[in-house]
Amino acid sequence: MSDILILNGRLVDPASGVDAERDLLLRDGRVAAVEMPGGFRGAKTKETIDAAGLVVAPGLVDVHVHLREPGQTYKESIATGTAAAAAGGFTSVVAMPNTVPVNDSAAKLEWMLDAARGACVNLFAMPAATFGSMGEEITDFHELRRAGAVGFTDDGKPVLHDRVMREALVAAAGIGVPVSQHAEDTRLTGGCSMNAGPVAFRLGLRGMTVDAEARIVERDIRLLKDIEESEGLRAHLHVQHVSTARAMSLIRAAKAEGLHVTCEVAPHHFTLTDEAVGDYDTNAKMNPPLRAETDRLAMIAGLMDGTVDCIATDHAPHALFEKEQEFERAPNGITGLETALGLALRVLHRGHGMTISRVMELMSVQPAGIVSLEGRGTLKIGSFADVVVFDPSVEWRFDAKKTRSKSRNTPFDGAGMVGRVVATICEGRVVYRNDVEQPAKS
Amino acid sequence: MTVGDLSIAEVAAILAATDRIEQMASAERARMLAGRRIALLFYESSTRTRTSFELAAKQLGAITTLVSDKSSSIEKGESLKDTGLTLRALGAECIILRHPNSGAPYLLATATGLPVLNAGDGMHEHPSQALLDLRTMLARLDGVNAHRVDEKTLAGVTVVITGDILHSRVARSNAMLLPRLGAKVLLCGPKELLPEDALGLGAGVEIERDFDKALKQASARGRGVAMMLRIQRERLAGLELDLGDYVARYQLNEERLIACAPHALVMHPGPMVRGLEISGEVADGPNSAIEEQVRHGLAVRTALLARALGVGGFESVTV
Repeated sequence: MSDILILNGRLVDPASGVDAERDLLLRDGRVAAVEMPGGFRGAKTKETIDAAGLVVAPGLVDVHVHLREPGQTYKESIATGTAAAAAGGFTSVVAMPNTVPVNDSAAKLEWMLDAARGACVNLFAMPAATFGSMGEEITDFHELRRAGAVGFTDDGKPVLHDRVMREALVAAAGIGVPVSQHAEDTRLTGGCSMNAGPVAFRLGLRGMTVDAEARIVERDIRLLKDIEESEGLRAHLHVQHVSTARAMSLIRAAKAEGLHVTCEVAPHHFTLTDEAVGDYDTNAKMNPPLRAETDRLAMIAGLMDGTVDCIATDHAPHALFEKEQEFERAPNGITGLETALGLALRVLHRGHGMTISRVMELMSVQPAGIVSLEGRGTLKIGSFADVVVFDPSVEWRFDAKKTRSKSRNTPFDGAGMVGRVVATICEGRVVYRNDVEQPAKS
Repeated sequence: MTVGDLSIAEVAAILAATDRIEQMASAERARMLAGRRIALLFYESSTRTRTSFELAAKQLGAITTLVSDKSSSIEKGESLKDTGLTLRALGAECIILRHPNSGAPYLLATATGLPVLNAGDGMHEHPSQALLDLRTMLARLDGVNAHRVDEKTLAGVTVVITGDILHSRVARSNAMLLPRLGAKVLLCGPKELLPEDALGLGAGVEIERDFDKALKQASARGRGVAMMLRIQRERLAGLELDLGDYVARYQLNEERLIACAPHALVMHPGPMVRGLEISGEVADGPNSAIEEQVRHGLAVRTALLARALGVGGFESVTV
């Protein structure tokens, strides 16, 4: 593997507390050395990236993506989904198990993680917490862990039964990985296609209530506490895509109590509200749905005060014909890998004054920590050479036609973004490069 | 699509055209859309709306074709988009759509580029119903100038809409149209059928859960309307209602009408469930405008079709 020098950039590595100009030498897939600017003068490498004026940060980590392979490769494949990830600055992604068939066995997991699938960034996976994600019988956590599982989830569906969720949390605690929960009490959301509220009422659509999310979060926190008290086990609950102020305050309180709860927020939930549904735009349909402005602001408050551990995209590609349906019939989900950084910098950094270092923390070291990716999410010497280089000041518009994903279902087509990825490097390999297309700075 | 798309001036123009078309000799009327092709695409059963749109189109000389979800390729799973494209390829110039999913007309209009008339979409809207209800009120209420439709036309008028508001596209269209003409709209019903979110429909819309109190606000002679709605069992989705209790609290019967609003105009978009939301005596009584509503429906729909196809004084408006 060839060496890469990244010179003159602003290294932002929250894990080592660095936010300063540094030069970086990547060798054999690892970070070999970090020097003050000019420290590598005279060094010869095959490739040099001049990062003057650019941020050099750990490659982004997304703990929540849908890559649709096996079974639905007309929407996305592991190759195309990870190509989109690379274009968005991500070097590690965690694939959800709701493929066809559901990823619930070691054989299926190994097939998915096999190099033959053509992933161009680091691919990890959370297999199903229950067989077929039916919510009834937990899968073989030990065997799946040996095959590479970084957590367990029935994403897309919640684990509803108390007993099953408790069992899953206990089993996962035994091997030190999280149970990642899609918090939706589906007994309350039958026939619902957006957030409950005045917009849904006006549009004549049945709405998912705040309660439907909060009830599951509340129940899961109660289970955690009970497991800790009765079995002395420190189970790890990861709450996926938090979308309501209620759930956010429940998580804040649980963290204050010292429970092992982590959570993620998706860019669309801190950027848009249910008004974005407009005239039944199915590209504004996802689950959990876009919520009210108070909820959106609560997501930002949680991101600012540390309640939120990471930003995750819930990248959920769907084919055009599936989204070109009646709103209530169209599938949930939007793509997100190529717009996450641009939205985080626009809304959180520009809009709310979050430091770039904190944005990076939410998108690299902290998500890496949730799923225990050793040596990732940081650029300390010896860690993996997973790097994103981006221009933090470029303003641009996302063009869905240029996506690397197979699908274009995004409400952000034409939306303003801040910060453009110039290069993505995964274990020392350049997996994305964009210095041809340098838009004018504004 | 929605009454929200119509400016007050457009509402006035539609009602004026309704009058003009109504006064035409039938031969003249039949020339308006002679040979034009209109498709009725119905994914839900309907008596009034379907028949009146069809008769309206025929009165104007148009060729109509009816496609329903049963006995068509929709049963084989053909999408709304493809069904629309097929109708367009067969020469349809305008599609009248009734659909169980809210927002379906937007999808059809985008897919086909044709004018689409919303004949009721899910729980969303039923714009032609609101227009025919408005015309009925203009004809029956006292002191309103039926020929001057503006922001003050219904000033001082109180319309009480009672019943299953949650599932009612008629309630939504009326609540979004009538206040813009100056009326006060009082929504009435139990929490399960009338959530507080309904207040988001706009200014001039209020909630009064006590039916008697609501009716009393519509008691002024010639200035009050009691619009009753059916409980839509097909959309209740598991919601359980105590019908006995519902009848006791919300049924419009003679006793209640006489006690609270003896002069109120009684309206119902149909279909009615006599003995549930409304007693037979009231439905057939002197206050009732229910059959007139149906007649106005036919008239208003002729104007809507002329407008959609850009004839009769309308400059090819796309709906």
